[in-house]
Amino acid sequence: MTLTVLDPTDETTPQVRGRTERPESLTGLTVGLLDISKPRGNVFLDQVQHRLEGLGASVIRYTKPTFAKPAPPDLRHEISTRCDAVIEALAD
Amino acid sequence: MDPLPDGLVVVVKRDCATCEMVVPVLDVLHRDHALAIITQDDPTFPAIEGTIHDADLSLSWRSDIETVPTLLRRVDGEEVSRTVGWDRSQWEAITGVEHLGIELPDQRPGCGSLSVDPDRADELSARFGTSTTTSRHVAFAELEDEFEAMFDRGWSDGLPLVPPTPERVERMLAATHLSATDIIAIIPPNLVEATVEKVAINAVMAGCKPAYLPVVIAGLQTVCNDEFNMHGVLATTMGVGPILIVNGPIRTELGMNSGMNVLGQGNRANSTIGRAVQLCVRNLGGGRPGEIDRATHGQPGKLGLCFSEDEEGSPWTSLSESRGFDPRTSTVTAFCGEAPRIIFDQMSRSAEALTKSLALSMLANVHPRIIGMDTTLVLCPEHMARFRGAGWDRERFLTELRSHLDLEVDSILRGVDGIDEGIPTGLGLEGAVLPKFNNGGILVVHAGGQAGLFSSVIGGWVSGSMGSVPVTKEIVR
Repeated sequence: MTLTVLDPTDETTPQVRGRTERPESLTGLTVGLLDISKPRGNVFLDQVQHRLEGLGASVIRYTKPTFAKPAPPDLRHEISTRCDAVIEALAD
Repeated sequence: MDPLPDGLVVVVKRDCATCEMVVPVLDVLHRDHALAIITQDDPTFPAIEGTIHDADLSLSWRSDIETVPTLLRRVDGEEVSRTVGWDRSQWEAITGVEHLGIELPDQRPGCGSLSVDPDRADELSARFGTSTTTSRHVAFAELEDEFEAMFDRGWSDGLPLVPPTPERVERMLAATHLSATDIIAIIPPNLVEATVEKVAINAVMAGCKPAYLPVVIAGLQTVCNDEFNMHGVLATTMGVGPILIVNGPIRTELGMNSGMNVLGQGNRANSTIGRAVQLCVRNLGGGRPGEIDRATHGQPGKLGLCFSEDEEGSPWTSLSESRGFDPRTSTVTAFCGEAPRIIFDQMSRSAEALTKSLALSMLANVHPRIIGMDTTLVLCPEHMARFRGAGWDRERFLTELRSHLDLEVDSILRGVDGIDEGIPTGLGLEGAVLPKFNNGGILVVHAGGQAGLFSSVIGGWVSGSMGSVPVTKEIVR
């Protein structure tokens, strides 16, 4: 006789979404730089911003309140509406 | 199987002396009054043609047969009369036949029906009853080993699981007044609504007894909130996890260990309650190692670390009382912690000396130059004896302890003595004195074996609203 058990998982299937197409050029695009608030993340992002602006992109800087928690929904929404691309930075 | 037929029906089993005794009566009633005979165990008993074998006990279960023999009469699909055991006057009244079994004694009690046998009742209830569960049924293949099958499906934390059969889950659900569909927590990281049923399934797999379920539910509730921040606790590369401390009457009711080897193995409640909470985080919340769980090392307690305080042996208020709960209330406190570390002190004979010694050891919490992370101190009984002898209470101890936990910033700055880790320079803190632990950042629990001068300290993680805050919840039964 086969054994039957009850499914211990949430029984959902993740929705698969394709990645946004990679832009051919950054010229004229707005790139968000999200600092997750780890020490020296800003040092790294300063360099990234410098490089991006050299490629013709404009940069908006964002910061998570704490690296220990997910970015607040409002912050995620703002980044998604104001930016064409985002780079999330971890440092230490 | 069809329901019971109309007319006279009797349910018997061979393994019942009263059933054996009434066979001549059954013979007469079958021959002259169309008695339908249903046998539970042996299809050849009684040796009367037409006897129905209730092999899966569905007829008995659905007819609420608790005793054999049970004689009943049905009219138009409804039962109109019933008697259990042998009682001539009752049998005569139901059958309308006089002088039944005149050679038999007037009365004899029956035996228990197989359908209420404690070993089978839950299985039958799950199979034939109105199941309250709605989870998907997973049927393993005939040649599949069920333990391997559960590993293969990714449900395990690395140890074998108890198969969560519908019967076991029903038994688990019977231990709570909550409905199987009640949502008791939103589990990170996937923010999944955890129903009581899903928690019960994972509790079965963890090896919990049904009586542990209310603790598992409360434990999940302590970690699944913004204060405890289970998402961050999972995602951090630091090897911390939820550590559950149980207080109140339920500790002794469940036989939890607060004594010898309290932080180790060997007690079912201690070992499985914490495991059940972690399995829920894994299987419902999606918090799996290597995915959202990014711990560099982790720690063995992430399999589930749960223990109880030795309240009876302590002269102090319990951890739970110190956090505002009535001592008659059972609670779980969740602390985000690393693995326990021993504080060895076999020489201190005074409360003052021991406090200094404990503080010195606690200065190394996480790193001697890192401040502001919380800690849980598990005081052993022989260390507690020093404070009992000195007449110190919890507040006095904490005040004295904290007085030895201040650090001169200049000694813990980055770069001092060629060590790069420490307090950042340039923050204007030079010359200041800062506490190793924030106010309220030291939890103290009394537990451990009666012999041994070893307390333990459990280091925390990022504290406060920026990280994880200890949370205490009442265990509702």
